[in-house]
This record gives sequence, structure tokens and C-alpha cells, in this order.
Amino acid sequence: MRKLTLAIAVIAPMLGHAASAEDTVKIGYIDPLSGGGASVGEGGLKTFQYLADELNAKGGILGHKVEIVPLDNKTNPQESLVQAQKAIDAGVHYITQGNGSSVGAALSDFVTKNNTRNPGKEVLYFNYAAVDPSMTNEKCSYWHFRWDASSDIKMEALTSYMKDTPSIKKVYLINQDYSFGQSVRTDARKMLGAKRPDIQIVGDELHPLLKVTDFSPYIAKIKASGADSVVTGNWGQDIALLLKAAADAGLKVNWYTYYAGGAGGPTAIKQTGLDHQVFQITEGFANSGNQAAMDFEKGFRAKVNMSLWYPRAVNEMRMFKAAAEKANSIDPVKVAAALEDLKFEVLDGGQGFMRKDDHQFFQPIYISSFGKLAANEPFDEENTGWGWHLVSKVDTPQAMVSTTCKMVRP
Amino acid sequence: MLELIVISTLNGVLFGMLLFLLSSGLTVIFSMMGVLNFAHASFYMLGAFFGFQLTKWIGFWPALVLAPLLVGAIGMAVERYGLRNTHKHGHVAELLLTFGLAFAIEEIVSMIWGKSPVDYRVPTLLDFPAFTVFSTNYPAYKIFMLVVSVVIFIALLLVLKRTRVGLIVQAALTHPHMVGHLGHNVGRVFMVVFGVGSALAGLAGVIAGPALVTQSDMAAALGPILFVVIVFGGLGSLPGAFVASLVIGLVQTFAVALNGSLASAFGPLDPSAGPSVLTDIWNVTIAQVAPIVPYLLLVVILIVRPMGLMGTRES
Repeated sequence: MRKLTLAIAVIAPMLGHAASAEDTVKIGYIDPLSGGGASVGEGGLKTFQYLADELNAKGGILGHKVEIVPLDNKTNPQESLVQAQKAIDAGVHYITQGNGSSVGAALSDFVTKNNTRNPGKEVLYFNYAAVDPSMTNEKCSYWHFRWDASSDIKMEALTSYMKDTPSIKKVYLINQDYSFGQSVRTDARKMLGAKRPDIQIVGDELHPLLKVTDFSPYIAKIKASGADSVVTGNWGQDIALLLKAAADAGLKVNWYTYYAGGAGGPTAIKQTGLDHQVFQITEGFANSGNQAAMDFEKGFRAKVNMSLWYPRAVNEMRMFKAAAEKANSIDPVKVAAALEDLKFEVLDGGQGFMRKDDHQFFQPIYISSFGKLAANEPFDEENTGWGWHLVSKVDTPQAMVSTTCKMVRP
Repeated sequence: MLELIVISTLNGVLFGMLLFLLSSGLTVIFSMMGVLNFAHASFYMLGAFFGFQLTKWIGFWPALVLAPLLVGAIGMAVERYGLRNTHKHGHVAELLLTFGLAFAIEEIVSMIWGKSPVDYRVPTLLDFPAFTVFSTNYPAYKIFMLVVSVVIFIALLLVLKRTRVGLIVQAALTHPHMVGHLGHNVGRVFMVVFGVGSALAGLAGVIAGPALVTQSDMAAALGPILFVVIVFGGLGSLPGAFVASLVIGLVQTFAVALNGSLASAFGPLDPSAGPSVLTDIWNVTIAQVAPIVPYLLLVVILIVRPMGLMGTRES
């Protein structure tokens, strides 16, 4: 008898689950909520929940309520697939993930196989931050859509800016040892070599992903190399701890980064006193000057108590709604078709579009530096009193790269 | 280059001393009870989280004293009510108990403090560069960690070698029955040693927490390295653990600093052969394999000298 009661207690909520699944649009958020990637993973979760609330306040998507289902993948590709299967079993048709291209590639592959095997039960993968170029090139998939600029777009823009900075003589590359970090290092070598052959690469480091707790040995090595600039694609605790160790050691170099704005980064930069010497490349930032974006930032900070790291997540969710309305359906197959070549006014202003050839979203890109704020820049970061300041903007047509993707369409 | 050597040596010794704070307790507990305490790194984690919480409530300095005492008390309770009861069922039961305990502690910690890192800061009193080697600052807090570890090491050595308490502990290590016959309460000795060992791990947690990252997977990240240290140094040998801690600390720090690869030693492979698994192996630098170097050392020492550097017994 006791066993029976237990079984009912376990199964009953599951049944309830299945019944309500039809009414809401569930988005499975598969990202690290524990371990070294947790700080950014939790930030992303709060962002998506805020965006879902925003959509629901305006009637949801075609009258359907939007719900974010958080799933912890521990930045592990294997675990991500388990979580993705769990999500699909619970009636999720949309998955979003960002942290770790190793995870992204595995999910893209998984979703593609799932959709081939289960016609009628398709799942879309919305990628907001896994930027390994291979995902929109040789490994591209019809079911994958990426809103973040891929690593080669970012490096192209970053090196174009570095090209015009004559003070750069010696560059040190430090990246995470997996597909994304390796693509950053190869792109940096290739593009710097083409644009500024006089720049010397004095170091090229790969370190374990999200495992290092003390970067001081690496900082000692950067110092010894005599580098004046460091280029890094590090994210999560790997950028925060790297900058923290640099701050402790008093390393004074220029930093060209992808993700210095994440949790802990700004505090460490302020501690080193590197005023406008740390650069970051993003699709938007708090002080971009666009009124709509600044209003959004204000509301977001007031409610979630963090700054908006992922303007691309805003674009992703709003564009999802636009595509569903265009298709007049929340059926993943129809939404996918509607997303192709869809034009969209991005949060920070300017038009972007989802390219049909490879499902990469192209949008204006900004390079900003971190330091003392000017009068017209209202937003600081992590209560440091310092914030991001516009250095250079690359418009959509200039931020495009070619693709080798041969899209297999259903 | 000289600068790199000096800084790497300082970093290596510091990491080594931290490992010693942990491994000393583990190795003494092993030689007394014949049990590898899988939950030892969990006590280190508890120390870090207690340190974080107490720092928030009453400040860093009281936390530095109180947190290890708390962890020590938990350790004693584990010995008194857990290990002592399972002892009669043999070593496997004891091993499984500590194994389960490690998972339980990790889950409890992530339930209370969450799974993401907590904001455990270096106390403002120590938040300044202690000195500058060439042009690199060395943080005062790291010097403080070093001093605490050295003081504890000396104190431990003096207690074990120069006092009556140490004499009984040492005797109980090898001849527990004889010590019992002489009228000493061996059970209590075990309990106190377990408590002190846990407290040392807790202390390591309190001081390492702000410098490294305090989060619920820190025990799992450090645990394996501890076993490397005590096996490398010789199970049950305190001087062995000391030497092994320093060696592992230095090796790991210096491995990061080295750029050598097979390609740099023997020249690049013939490019016409194209990329393959072999080119990956050929081009991988010592810095890239730094995290696995300690485990390689473990394998080598087990082949060459199974009892460890200063161990006395074969098994």
C-alpha cells in the first residue's frame, strides 16, 4: 500500500505536467548552475526569466504563456544531453543554451538527430553565446539559430581596432583549452598576422576550462614575456580570476577580451586601476546611448539587480515572438522557417537579420573600454563607479563573414 | 626569467604548504585507523564556508579561530558516532562511511550556500601588495597564508616530537593495544586526532577560501590531489607528506611556466604528413599538461617505490 501511495505521489505531478504543457511555451534553459560556470549561468537564467516575464506581461506569444525551465548541465556536454532529453520528455520544444561551444556543438548534433528520428516532435536550439565558428560552418544545422556574433566576427572587429593602435607591439594569447578557445587563438594569430605583421606573439597559452582557481602562475608568465597586450576569449570564472590574479600582481597591460564584463571582471579591473585599458567586444552595452536600450537596462537592473550581460538574449526572445507571430504558430517547424532571413531591429539600435545560409544572426558590434564614466554615461558596473565607454562601432554589413555551411533542410 | 623563477617558487611553496595543512591530518588519521578518509577534503570545504559565513557575521579574525574549531568538533563527532561504530565491521565499512559523508557534505553545502561561488573576500587589513619582486606585486594575503601554514607545521612537529601527548599519539599509531594496556584511552586519542586533523583541514579552508574560489565543488576538485600527496610521500609519514606537498606544489606551478613540447625539443613534424593525433601530441606543451603532472608522478612512484618517498610499510 505504501509503495502504491508513493508511486501515485511521484506520477501524479508528472501527469499534471503533461496536461499544462500545451498551454505554455516552455523554453529549456540548459546552462551551468553549479561549478565554475555557475556565476554566468545564473546570470543568464535571471535574464531569460526577466524576458519571459516581460513577454507574459504583454500577453505572451500568440496568447501562450512563456516559461523558462532551468536545467543544470555543469558545463558538461554529456550532462547537457541528459538534461535536453529530460526537457524534451517534459514537453519542451525550444532549448536555449550559451555557455561552452563544446556543449553547444553536442546539443546542435543532438537536436538534429532528435528531429530526424521524431518527425512531428521537432525541437529548436536557440544559441545565445556558444560562438565556435564551426557551428555555423562545417557543423551547421537547420535546427540551430545563433544570436551571438561568432568568434571570427568578433576577432575580425577586434583585430581591425588593434590594427590602428600603434602602441601594440607584443601580444600574449591566453585561452581556454577547448574548441572555442582554440578558435580564438587561431583566428587571432591569422588575423593579426595579416593586419599587423609587425606585432610579435610572445605567448600562446591554453589552460584547462573552468578548472584553474589561481591564475598567478599564468600571470607571472605573461609578465616575464614582456607583453604589452593580452588577447583572451575567457569567460565565466576564467576571466574573473585571470583579471583578479593580474590585479593582485599589479600586471599593467592592455586587455582585449570577449567577456571581461561578466561577474567579477569589472571589480578586478577597478582594483588594478586599468582605466580604459580593458576592452570588450559585444553586440550592445549599458552606455551605448540608445534610449530604448538604456530604458531597458534601467528596468532590468532595478528588478534583477545585475547589469544586462546578454543584449542578445533580449534579441533572441523578442525575435522568437516576432517569428511565431509571422508564422502564426508556435510549432517549431513553422517558427524555424519564419526565422530564416527575418529582419529585426536589435535592442541597441540598428537592423540585424538571421541569415538563411547558416542561421547566424548579423548585427552591429561594439568595442567598448572600461573606466571612469563621462557625464552622458549613467551606468557603472558592480558598484565600482566605472563603466563601459564606446570605443568603436562596426555596422551590420561590415560585421559579416562568409560561411561554408551546406544547410540540410527538412 | 629570474623573476618568473622567484614568483613561481613563491607560488609553488604556498600551494605546497596549503596541501600540507590538508595532507598532514589525512596521513595521521590513516596511519592510526588504517582508513583513508574520503571526506577529508569536505572538511576543508566546510572550513571555507564556515569562514565565509562567520566573516560575514563577526569578522575574519574571529572566524579564523572559530571556523576550524567548529570543523574539528564535527570531525570528532564523526569519529565518535560514525567511525567508531562501523569500526567493528571492518575497514570497508569505514571507507564507505567517509565516502558517503563526502557526498552528503557537498549536497548540504550546496543546499545552504548554493552552487555558485560565494563572495568570500580577502580581509581589508591584508588587502595590499606585501612587496614587489622586480615589478610584480606579491599580495600580503598570500604571505599571511604562508606564515600560518609554516607556524602550524612547526607547532605540529613540536607537539608530536617533543610532548607527552605526541609520544602517546605516535605510540598509538603503531601499537594501539599496548598503549591501551598502559592505561591510556585509545578511543579518545583517536577521536582527538581525528578532530585535530579535521580542524587543520578546516583552517586550510578558511585561509584558502578568499584566495581561491569558495564553492560547493571545491572539495571534489582538491580531493584527488590530496591522495596523490599522501601516497607520494608515503602513507602515514608526516615528513613524507611535507616533502610531497612541496614537490607537488612546485611541480604544478613550474609546469605551468614551462613552454617546452616535443616539437620544441625535436623540431616540428614533417608538415606534408598533415594534421593527425600525432601532431597534437607532438605540439602539446608542458603547461597544457600541468594538471595531470601530479598523477603521472603518482603512477611513477607506485612503480618505482610502492611505499612512497618516506613510507615504511609495503602496503
